[in-house]
Amino acid sequence: MEFLKHTLANGLEIVAECNAQAYSTALGFFVRAGARDETDEIAGVSHFLEHMMFKGTPSRTADDVNREFDEIGASYNAGTGEEHTVYYAAVLPEYQDQATALLADILRPSLRGEDFDMEKQVILEEIYMHEDQPPFGADEKCRAAFFGEHPLARSVLGTIDSITALSPEAMRDYFAKRYSPQNVVLAAAGRVDFERLVATAEAMCGRWERNGEERRLTSAHPATGFHVVQKNAATQQYVVQFAPGPDCNDPDRFAARLLATVVGDDTGSRIFWELVDTGLAEQASLAHDEFDDAGAFVTYLSCTPDMVGENLQRLHDLLVDLECRGITAEELEQAKNKVSSRIVLSSERPLGRLFVIGGDWIQRREYRSVRTDLNAVAEVTAEQVNAVATSYPLTRSTVMTIGPRADVTEPC
Amino acid sequence: MIHTHQFDNGLVLLAEPMDWLESAAFTILVPAGCIHEPADRSGLSGFTCEMALRGAGPRDSRQFINDLDCLGVERSESVGEAHTRYGGATVADNLPRGLEIFADLLRRPRLPADQLEAGRQVMVQDLLAVEDEPAQKVMLRLRQQHYPDPWGRPSQGDADGIEATTIDDIRRHFQRAYHPRGTIVGVAGRVDWEPLLDMVGNLLADWEPRDVQPVPESPQPCVYTHLEYDSNQTHIGIAYRSIPYRSDDYFLAWGAVGVLSGGMSARLFTEVRERRGLCYSVYATHHSLLDRGSVFCYAGTSAERAQETLDVTLNELRKLAQGVEEQELDRLKARIKSALIMQQESSSARSASIARDWYHLGRPRSLDEINQRIDGLAADKINTYLSDNPPGDFTVVTLGRKELEVPVGVS
Repeated sequence: MEFLKHTLANGLEIVAECNAQAYSTALGFFVRAGARDETDEIAGVSHFLEHMMFKGTPSRTADDVNREFDEIGASYNAGTGEEHTVYYAAVLPEYQDQATALLADILRPSLRGEDFDMEKQVILEEIYMHEDQPPFGADEKCRAAFFGEHPLARSVLGTIDSITALSPEAMRDYFAKRYSPQNVVLAAAGRVDFERLVATAEAMCGRWERNGEERRLTSAHPATGFHVVQKNAATQQYVVQFAPGPDCNDPDRFAARLLATVVGDDTGSRIFWELVDTGLAEQASLAHDEFDDAGAFVTYLSCTPDMVGENLQRLHDLLVDLECRGITAEELEQAKNKVSSRIVLSSERPLGRLFVIGGDWIQRREYRSVRTDLNAVAEVTAEQVNAVATSYPLTRSTVMTIGPRADVTEPC
Repeated sequence: MIHTHQFDNGLVLLAEPMDWLESAAFTILVPAGCIHEPADRSGLSGFTCEMALRGAGPRDSRQFINDLDCLGVERSESVGEAHTRYGGATVADNLPRGLEIFADLLRRPRLPADQLEAGRQVMVQDLLAVEDEPAQKVMLRLRQQHYPDPWGRPSQGDADGIEATTIDDIRRHFQRAYHPRGTIVGVAGRVDWEPLLDMVGNLLADWEPRDVQPVPESPQPCVYTHLEYDSNQTHIGIAYRSIPYRSDDYFLAWGAVGVLSGGMSARLFTEVRERRGLCYSVYATHHSLLDRGSVFCYAGTSAERAQETLDVTLNELRKLAQGVEEQELDRLKARIKSALIMQQESSSARSASIARDWYHLGRPRSLDEINQRIDGLAADKINTYLSDNPPGDFTVVTLGRKELEVPVGVS
């Protein structure tokens, strides 16, 4: 296992964890562009743009793009988040050059007007689909209320109105600002020929012009609050809860992950025993999300409408108890075993490693081996976890519930 | 190399060593699927699975989960028509201890009466959750309508069945359906065969076999159903008959579905989404029971474009009878070959595949064998198959605000 990196003259960075034993090669362009880089007028443009990348380039039609990926047997896709957009493919090693060149080519798309209009329909369908699914937009609404004026308040999909009103010119303008080479990392994992990777990137991306914007970072001032949205068509009641947590540069993020595992993993955690094992809730869990300039502990709960008040109270009591008494050494040990096992299992596929390597680099310009991460987990002490639980009280949260009930009251 | 052994009591152990991995995984198929549920106890298999995880042998419910957590075992369970599946993956050194805990579940479950109501609540919640998942709801109903009962039963059961279930029902179902004849244990990853065989033999070779129950069938004649539902999108499910995994022609049928759906250059994605922008999600997939197979298709689209989506999708399905092109098949082969090689990166995927193969074929299928079958696929053979077996006699279920026009006797 060897880590290699290289920077092109225009600022595009290339990083790779090369494993000569691997069966496949995973490649991905990680772009520092996401919902947080948008304004109200162009809400949802990052995600719409991600779709448009597959719609052709000066030398390829949309059909060509899809066909050529399929011809080399690639498992490929793309995803847009609050901070990054990722374009990736896993291929057999002999197709590394073709896959790299194809990914690089689609990152300079034509953004043709007629393709834009057609794809807009697909994006609207995706929004309709999302609105029909649990938690019926409560996740976006809660995020927006929690982050307030901070850019992380923005929704990835945008709205029916913002997408309908979006013009190809506005998208081209956004593209020019965000997809500048200093905002792009090409990452690779598995059986990688690094020399060829750099050569292909140089040939395909070397002339990309550097003209973009840096991201605006700003400290978050998360809100607290309790919100109820009534939706009669829903059968179950849903709760989303955001509380502050360490950000992606904070050394406490491993302690935060272990805290979330002890308190709210989907099996064997405190929330599991209190709410899921007992059948009081259908799902209940807590996870830690980390961003450039903020972090959040996110709780998710779904249950029958008649149980939501009691469940919120139980959840609240559990979190108060945590803040008073902390976690035990046995709980920490169990969480470490789970987290370590997950790190090992998810690292076996090059595609699994790709997201860690690309993500670490674009967030922190840092390479961490599997061993480094396992050691970091092993070294966390119960005192550190309890310090995180004290510094970031999980009860100081923004709560959003959606479902048939209009009369849900805040726990005390 | 895939090792196999059948113990005298009927239990089958399969193992595929993958010494380049750090992990090992197991898949246990127990012949306790929905088809064995009494008609008035729909959901009993899922309920029994839920209760079986609530303590076994020396461990109570909490210790059972905690010990698996401490071994880092990533668990997953599911209930299908024929089997209840228990799966787990962890770092290889912890696999034997994980298997020991699951052997307790198979042979010495506590099925604790004092947790019956908690288990029932879990089942009720699962059932209600489906009501908020229209895409899942439409496909569950489609299966139920397409296969003769009991083969299309949903694992979530129904409210009456779950309400009526007693602890005695669960214990009786366990007694009857959890037995070694028909149980398959598939293991893959960094494992050695001899010690594994010894260990599993010690745990399960003296498990008492029982007779396998016959499964009576009753036909489901319905062709089109519309379910009223308050949603933005209308969800469309379409099914048609195909052939099972064990059939000699299986790869022909499967190849035809691969041309329809799979990569982004496949026909449904291209015609329904890319060219017309009708859908975000559209797919077709092959599903196999032991003695019959089906193709299930799904499309979700906003209400006013639902009729066009149904028409375009049905048209693509019918058009398949005219055959596939060489280039379409080449792309399919490239995708599958790379997917097969990438299976070697996942102990979980391999443990599940070899266990499933044994159920359908009575032997595991190596990746080499599948590779050869894929190489042997030719467009003219697929096309002969398709003209002999054109997609038709569709079963259709829609869910949304408005019923659609479905051509009668859809074929």
